[in-house]
Amino acid sequence: MYRNLTIRQKQIVWAWAFLAIPILFYTVIRFYPTGNAILISFQDWNLLGDRTWTGFDNYQKLFADPVFWKVFKNTFVYLLIGTPVSLIISFVIAYHLDQVRFMHGFLRMLYFLPFMTSAVAMAWVWRWFYQPVPVGLFNNALASIGIPQFPFLQSTTWALPSVLAPAVWAGLGFQVIIFMAGLRAIPRSYYEAARIDGVSWWTVLWEITLPLLKPTIVFIVVFSSIGFLRIFDHVFNMTTNNPGGPLNSTKPLVLMIYETAFSAFDMGYAAAQTVVLFLVLLVVSLIQLRILRDS
Amino acid sequence: MTATEIRPTTDALLKTEAPKKPANMGQILRWMLLFLGGVAMVMPIAYMISTSLKWPHEVYNLKLIPDEPHIENYTYVLEDGRFYWWFVNSMIIAVITTVCNVIFDSLVGYTLCKFRFPGRYIVFIAILSTLMIPTEMLVIPWYLMSQQFGWLDSYWGIMFPGLMTAFGTFLMKQFFETVPDDFIEAARIDGLNELQIWWTVAMPLVKPALAALAIFVFLGNWTAFIWPLIVTNSVEMYTLPVGLSSFGDEADVAWELIMTGAAISTIPTLIVFLIFQRYIIQGVVMAGLKG
Repeated sequence: MYRNLTIRQKQIVWAWAFLAIPILFYTVIRFYPTGNAILISFQDWNLLGDRTWTGFDNYQKLFADPVFWKVFKNTFVYLLIGTPVSLIISFVIAYHLDQVRFMHGFLRMLYFLPFMTSAVAMAWVWRWFYQPVPVGLFNNALASIGIPQFPFLQSTTWALPSVLAPAVWAGLGFQVIIFMAGLRAIPRSYYEAARIDGVSWWTVLWEITLPLLKPTIVFIVVFSSIGFLRIFDHVFNMTTNNPGGPLNSTKPLVLMIYETAFSAFDMGYAAAQTVVLFLVLLVVSLIQLRILRDS
Repeated sequence: MTATEIRPTTDALLKTEAPKKPANMGQILRWMLLFLGGVAMVMPIAYMISTSLKWPHEVYNLKLIPDEPHIENYTYVLEDGRFYWWFVNSMIIAVITTVCNVIFDSLVGYTLCKFRFPGRYIVFIAILSTLMIPTEMLVIPWYLMSQQFGWLDSYWGIMFPGLMTAFGTFLMKQFFETVPDDFIEAARIDGLNELQIWWTVAMPLVKPALAALAIFVFLGNWTAFIWPLIVTNSVEMYTLPVGLSSFGDEADVAWELIMTGAAISTIPTLIVFLIFQRYIIQGVVMAGLKG
């Protein structure tokens, strides 16, 4: 029967044969769970008892919960500090690294290595750095030059930036590489023309380099924002004895979801939080694309 | 941007060509600062490895080079058995997931790129749309599913969510654009079936992309944390990141042993990087340009 098909029909048969398992996978492991998460968010369910429909109760409870608003604020603080700081640092590094020939590959390797590490392992390393004397490296170094201790992870003010630092550090190398690729893609002739006209490097930077880098900047901003909004590994592993502490000052949305679902087993409430996370990611990405593409 | 354009540019982007100018003070200063910055970047990794080679009494001094470097910490940690198992678990999971992704992502990418059939566009958009859904939204349904089918605390339970990725499919689709249709047509005339054409004709032509995909998937699964944390219960089933996080309270932690554990979970990916540096950097650029 297969023999009687035309070439085009045979192709269709092959195509669907190749896609059969993947379509099954995406349906069962991606689409069904997405729908299920939304469904559960409208139910009350503690994993043991019955599922009961509660309409928007979970969402109402969430928006009335002061811890949620604290967590929501923290999540955006991670984004609002993390994204610009890593964008600027990685651009400055890429801009200069791009103009260096001597041992270029070696320098690039130094900046990229942290990207290849595991967040959990590095969270432990940084956690050690942050410990009070006589344990922590940073406080030992400060003590050796006579500066009093700094309460990195103990302070409600400084814990969040301290947790954020290794996340920024680990992502820099990736952004540097992307920026350098963007810089290389700018035609040399633009710079030649600017040089002939005797334009200052500052003007070249603002009038040629940055405008032409816009697609790269858009990509990095959207990509790193999604990463910071979903921060979890670093927070969980640097504050294990009191996750998200001290006093919820470092707790991001994903950690709240994890605790609601897998410590309190309040599945409906946790699912509602995941839907909120999804909407936050979607809205932030769309706003960034709108602003950055248009301006 | 199509992949045909990407291929030459990525190569060009990686080349470090610029008119040679004599070094002046400014350039030397620039190099020095970049070098210092780079050294600062690798410091946490260097301290981790250095501490893993120290005796307990030297842990808290600031010296980067241990007085008497030794590997007792490694033998101690591995003989204890837990890290050994976590390493094995992580390796098995990362390798199987990588193989699966390389096969299925490229098969789907190839099909969507080279076949013309009704529904092609819908399938492509549907797969691409899953990129927007954060993993965190899926973990609760995955957990319920695992509980129902008895997948909790098993390799399959840890692996199943990542066996295929939309990102990999999209990356591979872009790269199959660079394979000329004439090659495929010629193979068809030679009597090869479609499966043979994909595997013996098309796949060898996109090896660099396969390498990049393999490295990304491996790294992603090797360092994956939240889902393995949720799906595993017993200590023997932990992966390295989950095992490391289980040490919890810093008050009763032997830091040189924790650093050894951290080093064990970091060194393999660093070695992969040093060997395949070129592919990885190229892969990052390719992944970036698609955006």
